[in-house]
Amino acid sequence: MDGGAFFDVLLAVLGGAIRVGTPFLFVSLGECLTEKAGRINLGLEGVLVFSAMAGFAGSFLGGHWWLGVLLAGASGALIAALHGLVASLPRVNDIAAGIAIMLLGTGLAFYLGKPLIQPQAEQIPSLALGAWSDSPQVSAALSINALFPLGVLLALVLAWGLKNTAWGLTVRMVGDSAEAARALGTSVAAVRIAATTAGGFIAGLGGASLSLYYPGSWNEGLSSGQGLIAVALVIFARWHPVRCLWAALIFGGAGALGPALQSVGISGYYYLFNAMPYALTLAILVATCSPRKNLAGAPMELGVSR
Amino acid sequence: MSTLRDSAEALALPLLALAGGLALFGAFVWFDGHDPLQAWALLFRGAFGDAFSLQNTLQRAAPLMLTALAVALPARVGLTVIGGEGALVLGGLACAALPVLLPGLIPGGTAGATLLLLAAGVAGAAWIALAGALRQFRGVNETISSLLLGYIAIALFKHIVEGPLRDPASLNKPSTLPLPESLRIGTIGAYDVHWGLVFGVVACLLAAFWLSATTHGLATRVVGGNLRAARLVGLPADRLVITACALGGAAAGLAGGIEVAAVHQSANASLIVGLGYTGILVSFVARHHPLAIIPVAILFGGFLAAGSLLQRRMGLPDASVQVLMGFCFVFILASEAWRGRLGTLFAVRRAPVTLPAGGAAGAA
Repeated sequence: MDGGAFFDVLLAVLGGAIRVGTPFLFVSLGECLTEKAGRINLGLEGVLVFSAMAGFAGSFLGGHWWLGVLLAGASGALIAALHGLVASLPRVNDIAAGIAIMLLGTGLAFYLGKPLIQPQAEQIPSLALGAWSDSPQVSAALSINALFPLGVLLALVLAWGLKNTAWGLTVRMVGDSAEAARALGTSVAAVRIAATTAGGFIAGLGGASLSLYYPGSWNEGLSSGQGLIAVALVIFARWHPVRCLWAALIFGGAGALGPALQSVGISGYYYLFNAMPYALTLAILVATCSPRKNLAGAPMELGVSR
Repeated sequence: MSTLRDSAEALALPLLALAGGLALFGAFVWFDGHDPLQAWALLFRGAFGDAFSLQNTLQRAAPLMLTALAVALPARVGLTVIGGEGALVLGGLACAALPVLLPGLIPGGTAGATLLLLAAGVAGAAWIALAGALRQFRGVNETISSLLLGYIAIALFKHIVEGPLRDPASLNKPSTLPLPESLRIGTIGAYDVHWGLVFGVVACLLAAFWLSATTHGLATRVVGGNLRAARLVGLPADRLVITACALGGAAAGLAGGIEVAAVHQSANASLIVGLGYTGILVSFVARHHPLAIIPVAILFGGFLAAGSLLQRRMGLPDASVQVLMGFCFVFILASEAWRGRLGTLFAVRRAPVTLPAGGAAGAA
């Protein structure tokens, strides 16, 4: 690999960090909000796939990309609300409910999305941040998903809101001590269902970026487990929305490495490079978890901090 | 009396939940403009309607029994492991790779086939035991780590099948070299069902025996029931947890090995069809009880077998069985909420009990 190729790979990874990282960003923000209220939603994988399908359908049938984005968010909220409701039943574990919603959400998406595999839909527009450059690679790398700035804003708003507003305090209280919340007369289940539903809406925007920006079409292999990786990503980000942003970019970059290397002729390890985000997640978990004490920053009610 | 009622309830709750899943599925296809009665009829005809369907059903049930054990056994020590898919593909890979890696060293016939299945089991066991060990020694949540390990296993599988071990003759569908004729697993007598079914049933029976009739199994259940109590009475909790994970993983790995040796003849992408994920559902419906896994796996194997009939006769998408399974899963979980209360729902109302002052009887 000479200098030019190295530069190409670097540029592709940087561009890919945003392109591949945008769905990670939304889905991890959604998971972060859910987990702040004390529940893990593994079903975000189902939410992501279903909302990707719904977003594509909205844009294809409605003719406007923003209709697709709205529909993706709304349907993501709907599927996540189901998780919230099921996991609120007595003796139902949130992880098990997540597995069920994962299966149901992807199944429904594949069923309803069958007629959507061929057509083209209006895409989410790109913001050409690289228009100043003459180099086509630079402008390609800096042409970014219009939802990405929204995600950045959302991360900041969530971080601020969780810290400074009354509902942020309520969510964190429910996530840290259900008993304290009950003592204050707050309905734990209602707050958790609301947080899970809102998290589903946010994750749904990630689904829209999958089907309406990159890769930009609907098919059954669209998600490669981003919704599940989000759970680990939130642990990596230590339950902080702004750190979710950095984590999403790192994971996006890692995910872009395989295709970038393939484009410069290094293709022998394609699948292994694609597995990078999973290996990275696992390595981070092994390095940061401890059997003795809770993870720093983890909501106390959360199943992972056992 | 109460145990009788408990076991009646243990049977009635999952049956009601499955009925609920089927009912909702009917409503769903009805909304989609299809006839729900026809869908239900085809589901059962495609699963159990004639000898051909029944053999197809049993063929598909065999790996489900084993992948369900990969969830059920760790569940008995209190772990939610959902990485059976990864253990399955690695088991299949180990089975297909062994004759290539050790040319001339694998004897033909039963001895050789046993060696291959052993390798498959060991590969799967190592993978899930790793998730258990990470949980016990590093505090890593086993659900997440087993899922991640599953994705990594599939990447490794694809890398090896399409790279170092690829049969140059497999052009459109990258595969390993086909297993020699003498190492393949045949069918049982004149039936069109391979011996994998026997492996599945025997594994479930052995697991049930281990859990309920051996000291080691009892210790395992104690760890699952109350980890602190188990540690207090001096049980080697870490070792028991990892053993349960390894046994579960071995079952899923064996499933992969059997799929390769009895169905596909080589390791290729046909192995990655979600048998591990369906096994999760089977185990949850069976409430992680090895004996209950056998009929539940046959039921869901039947639904999988009927999927193609739904597709051909009614033009339903191939994902319809997955939708049905999703509904069933949600209902099964929701049914847990009614455990212990189902009896009161149908029982004859008794005379009201007079509460002592303070109403503490409400605690029951």
